[in-house]
Amino acid sequence: MKKGSLGIEFMVGLLMLAGAAALFFLAMKASNFASVDNGADGYTITARFDNIGGLKVRAPVTMAGVRVGQVQSIAIDSETFEAVVQMSIRPQYDRIPEDTFAKILTSGLLGEQYIGLDPGGSPDYLEEGGAITVTQSALVLEEVIGQFLFSKAEEASKGEGL
Amino acid sequence: MKAIEALGRRGIDFLRGLGRAGDLFLRMLLNVVDIFLHPRELTGQLYAVGVLSLLIIAVSGLFVGMVLGLQGYYILSRFAADAMLGVLVATSLVRELGPVVTALLFAGRAGSALTAEIGLMKATEQLSGLEMMAVNPVRRVLVPRFFAGIISMPLLALVFSAVGIYGGYFVSVGLMGGDIGTFWSQIEARVDFRHDVVNGIIKSFVFGVTCTWIALFQGYDATPTSEGVSRATTRTVVHSALAVLGLDFVMTALMFGDD
Amino acid sequence: MMDLAHQAGALLLAWFTLREYMAIRRGAVTAIMGPSGTGKTTLLKLIGGQICASAGTIMVDGQNISELRIRDLYELRKRMGMMFQSGALLTDLSVYENVAFPLREHTKLPESMIRKLVLMKLEAVGLRGVRELMPSELSGGMARRVALARAIALDPMMIMYDEPFSGQDPISMGVIVSLIKRLNDAADLTSIVVSHDVPETASIADRIFVISEGQVIEQGTPDALMQSQKAWTYQFMHGESDGPVPFHLPAPSLASDFLGEAE
Repeated sequence: MKKGSLGIEFMVGLLMLAGAAALFFLAMKASNFASVDNGADGYTITARFDNIGGLKVRAPVTMAGVRVGQVQSIAIDSETFEAVVQMSIRPQYDRIPEDTFAKILTSGLLGEQYIGLDPGGSPDYLEEGGAITVTQSALVLEEVIGQFLFSKAEEASKGEGL
Repeated sequence: MKAIEALGRRGIDFLRGLGRAGDLFLRMLLNVVDIFLHPRELTGQLYAVGVLSLLIIAVSGLFVGMVLGLQGYYILSRFAADAMLGVLVATSLVRELGPVVTALLFAGRAGSALTAEIGLMKATEQLSGLEMMAVNPVRRVLVPRFFAGIISMPLLALVFSAVGIYGGYFVSVGLMGGDIGTFWSQIEARVDFRHDVVNGIIKSFVFGVTCTWIALFQGYDATPTSEGVSRATTRTVVHSALAVLGLDFVMTALMFGDD
Repeated sequence: MMDLAHQAGALLLAWFTLREYMAIRRGAVTAIMGPSGTGKTTLLKLIGGQICASAGTIMVDGQNISELRIRDLYELRKRMGMMFQSGALLTDLSVYENVAFPLREHTKLPESMIRKLVLMKLEAVGLRGVRELMPSELSGGMARRVALARAIALDPMMIMYDEPFSGQDPISMGVIVSLIKRLNDAADLTSIVVSHDVPETASIADRIFVISEGQVIEQGTPDALMQSQKAWTYQFMHGESDGPVPFHLPAPSLASDFLGEAE
């Protein structure tokens, strides 16, 4: 039945086009494909934390709010019982001072956690395999509340003592 | 006693059916060359299976995306997290709803049509006729349809997701007054191409193989009467739906288990 | 010489037991007749290799069907034509396309050549004028004639007819009867006709095998069978309502059914 075969081929071509367009849209506008931040090409630095809270792999690493890399892996050092976080920094951000401060922050009120870098003043920059020495662990809600209650209790007992 | 016998018999029948289905699957897979020998057949089937499903997929995607946007807005705004609406819509669609709902719609529309067509060909002795003309019906009739289904499904799922995201955008920004910049920038930041989009494509590919295989097998194996064909068609839809949902669970656990 | 040796195959409903050789001669019209459900169609499927006999042998043109590899079986099938009861035309192709199908599949002839062949075959069955119609637009008789044209497309050595006369009006029946005979003689084919229509079949068959429940009851020329004294053959050939195949199927006695209710 050759009558409609040209029309059919055209429509099938349209189908392929629609699929390709959808993929293109999803890649470019609906995902991070355009920013190509898969950490493959970048240099690795480590940081140690007492508590990483809810930090997850692939969480962003930012400096001054700008995303400069992502978390590659999270492991535990079985001797010091610290969390060892490996981060992959994009190659174009190669001037991060060695004494940079790494903090674990929360985006928004209940959002996911990420690492924020506060640059130091050292003239030497971090390179592949480098480590950040000064870190601040994540804020664990229970501890904050506990501290708050404790300090409130202290105040109350001091006030009574007077 | 009789009940146990009946159960055993059903079990054996089921296993036999599975065996036949597996045999058919291998035969179709190994004859992939045929789609290059008869490209016209493949094109025709891509039209019947893919193009004709495009409309229902696109419309369904639009509505699902819109509902996601609506419900998502209501729920997220309670936690002051409505900036995340775009991410909710996009991730749900790309990871789950796109592949799964497309597969279910596909099974209902294209799958049942395939089963009915093949079953009818069997009932009217067309398949026998082909055999007697020294033409292998599996190669000539089933293989093009099999590969047409495998190719169409991921394409349709992508269209579903893309249209759905736009539907969600329309609702959250257009109707609910969300911020257009936040919507898209959060999506771009949070949706990972490899982890979310590509996994979704893998899922829809697996569903494509499963649903098309079930549809073709049920038609090929049907009892060649009108009642047999109608039962086969029903079985296609039911089995496809169960298989899709079951596989989805397994794949989700494997792909997204570490999130 | 193409013969079917005693075959004993247990399939679904019918099985054939040791009885006699069934030898089908080349160039002749051989009929296989019997009541519905005795497995006549099964026999055709066995010859065509669509199902396997669990015992016994079928030899076609010197080759044993059950021992053939798939490729050789397909080669053999190209030399067999089969006309199905319903025609079994491909519903998405036109009449022309249907007849051209085997030519396109199995030969590398150019389109112009194929066109001539298709038109010739259609001419032989008298349907050259409907070549653009779709199978759904044809009447049953016409569909069968197209199926016949398709069956002879590759100039086979034998054609099998599965119930070619059933459900046809007198004119269509006459057309098909004469076609079978003419084609057989003109192309020196071997025709195997499976049917239960006695008058039509008897008018063209050179030899008839009457089978029932898997056994060959009798074989011979149409005239010989019409005058046969075997009760079963007589009942079948003359369409008697009662005889070895009884009118009343087994049932409880009349008395128990009617008088038993009263109690």
